[in-house]
Amino acid sequence: MSSTFLGMPAAPPRAPYGEGNLRGDKKFPKAAHTELRNEQLRENLHRATHTIRAKRLAMTGELPDWEQLRAAGSAIKTDTMNRLPELLEQLEEKVTAAGGTVHWARDAVEANAIVTRLVEATGSSEVIKVKSMATQEIGLNEHLEERGIQAHETDLAELIVQLAHDKPSHILVPAIHRNRDEIRQIFLKGIPGVDPGLDSVPAHLAAAARAYLREKFMTTKVAVSGANFGIAETGTLSVVESEGNGRMCLTLPDTLITVMGIEKVLPRYSDLEVFFQLLPRSSTGERMNPYTSLWTGVTPGDGPQDFHLVLLDNGRTAALADSVGREALNCIRCSACLNVCPVYERAGGHAYGSTYPGPIGAVLTPQLAGMHEAKNDPNSSLPYASTLCGACFDACPVKIDIPSLLVELRHQHTEQSGTTAEKLAMKAAGAVMSRPKLYTNAQKAAGLGRVIAGRDRKISHLPPPFDGWSESRDTPAPPKQTFRSWLASAEGAATLRKAAAEGTGAPSHPSTGENPEEQR
Amino acid sequence: MTDKTGARETVLGRIRDALALAPKPDEQVERAYRTGRTLPAEERLDLLVDRLVDYKAVVHPCTAATTASTIARVLAARGARTVGVPAGLDRSWLAGFDGTVREDSPDVPAPRLNDLDGVVTASAVTCAETGTLFLDGSPDQGRRALSLVPDLHVCVVDLSTVEVGVPEALARLVPERPTTLISGPSATSDIELERVEGVHGPRTLDVVIRTDV
Repeated sequence: MSSTFLGMPAAPPRAPYGEGNLRGDKKFPKAAHTELRNEQLRENLHRATHTIRAKRLAMTGELPDWEQLRAAGSAIKTDTMNRLPELLEQLEEKVTAAGGTVHWARDAVEANAIVTRLVEATGSSEVIKVKSMATQEIGLNEHLEERGIQAHETDLAELIVQLAHDKPSHILVPAIHRNRDEIRQIFLKGIPGVDPGLDSVPAHLAAAARAYLREKFMTTKVAVSGANFGIAETGTLSVVESEGNGRMCLTLPDTLITVMGIEKVLPRYSDLEVFFQLLPRSSTGERMNPYTSLWTGVTPGDGPQDFHLVLLDNGRTAALADSVGREALNCIRCSACLNVCPVYERAGGHAYGSTYPGPIGAVLTPQLAGMHEAKNDPNSSLPYASTLCGACFDACPVKIDIPSLLVELRHQHTEQSGTTAEKLAMKAAGAVMSRPKLYTNAQKAAGLGRVIAGRDRKISHLPPPFDGWSESRDTPAPPKQTFRSWLASAEGAATLRKAAAEGTGAPSHPSTGENPEEQR
Repeated sequence: MTDKTGARETVLGRIRDALALAPKPDEQVERAYRTGRTLPAEERLDLLVDRLVDYKAVVHPCTAATTASTIARVLAARGARTVGVPAGLDRSWLAGFDGTVREDSPDVPAPRLNDLDGVVTASAVTCAETGTLFLDGSPDQGRRALSLVPDLHVCVVDLSTVEVGVPEALARLVPERPTTLISGPSATSDIELERVEGVHGPRTLDVVIRTDV
């Protein structure tokens, strides 16, 4: 073991509070409440997620060895995490040997400072950017802007988000919440010199972005990218993309700065044969994405001659220290789990408040940034932003058991939140339920709940300590009569006798009063 | 410099601590997926053509003897008058082309590549199952910018370099070479997740497949 390994291991820190984009300003139910009222958003999301679901299924179904690829992908990632120190040291050694420079960043603050320093050293006041989750996570653009450096997003969706002063709402298609007409409006307003006759045909919108960005590609001296994979064995980095903006950024500038989470390393070059099959089919539902770039350090006469790799922790080691939760680090950011999630489909990505939305975001964000870092930490609501239906687990190309992770995080949340009203209520309920007479009386008393129900017989705000429950769901008004009291009544006894006589066990519903079925 | 070293040791130390706090059993990676696949030439060709066409590349099968005439026909059909070529390209391939041929070199600034109507390159390997061309910066493929900036890319593929699947294709590459995987013309799915061909990379991809090479 290493020289730093002295005495008891310490729990690694979370991403620093208040830095970057790993926490919203509202809890999920509250944020979702606002988003759910946006009909346009729900329509856009419904159309987009359903389109991609069908494509993904067709493309994964095309490979007879899909399950074997998933198993291998999962095993490679688990093996990677087990050997992370040696793999990162190997990656550093290989990148350095190939002419690159490797930097280490403990957190967002340090990563932003490193990138800023590197850009300033080139003398450039602007950078072009390849879409990157890591730089979104650390809030690099905002930080650069404070230092007088303008960052141009070059991915079409990121450009839409940037021009609209909006936030990304999806891992793969950050502007998924916008439809073509809205994008047309954003371009008309935000792109200097755009043809005022621009219509909303997607091909024309893409052409407008091409014309606008071409000059930036040709003249900007510094690019910032993320990385999908970093190969320890060879020092090779990879960016997977569609539009060619990635190739432009990785090829044309003099300086390239790549920010990569430490969990993105892979042991062997041949491991790419698994992930180059898993990722495109899971993410865009394509056999292969249009462009994938692979580069190793610096190549004389081809591409940037000054290459920097920034290895980012920012809470990843905190996640790694959790034997259940660390599985979330296996994520390859395909976004298949978002596209199949019934909660994401309705609430949209903004409700999660983090760079990482959807099911994977609900397990990754609290682990990277913590969920008890402040009073009423919005991240504490994320593990509950799920119905635990399991569609995400089935869709995940590296088999991350997201439902189990959500349950584990819920457990951690209740353990850490101390004695709450909810805990006391549960304890009281346990005591009552263990005494039949008390339970019967309590059920009768619950009938009083009808008083606070609305005309639709729904209770939308329960009094404390049950208000946590009603925050995200309506509670049906308790019926007039409980099942037990109905059964004990003359009507109940008659129905039971009739059923016994018929021997069918299927009594017809009583014709009067309320349907006792409702009382379950 | 001290700070940099500090961060490195801190992050590595945190990882070791994390692994000590939550140890996991060693994972054996089982590679039960398909590797080492082969197919007869004709089936490889059919599979590749099917996949290229599906992603809107235009396919032109030819032979060694008809390479030059095929390339000339493709360039003429696209109205390309000035084309760029990498320094190591077999110039006999352009014997039938009556326009201007510009040989690329690292000194040519990227914006100048904008002036080209198109570019003709060879390729290193191709994956039939996904319709993916692999360029690795060899002298007949040139630097990455050359096959990126012009709006038309004519890529020559020898059938002998076509592999069935992704594992077979990757196995033929030299990892350290700057490598680009190309599957159809540039595209985006960013607007309502609908695929639109043609964004920043070449909007037209013509693939000339030499079936007897």
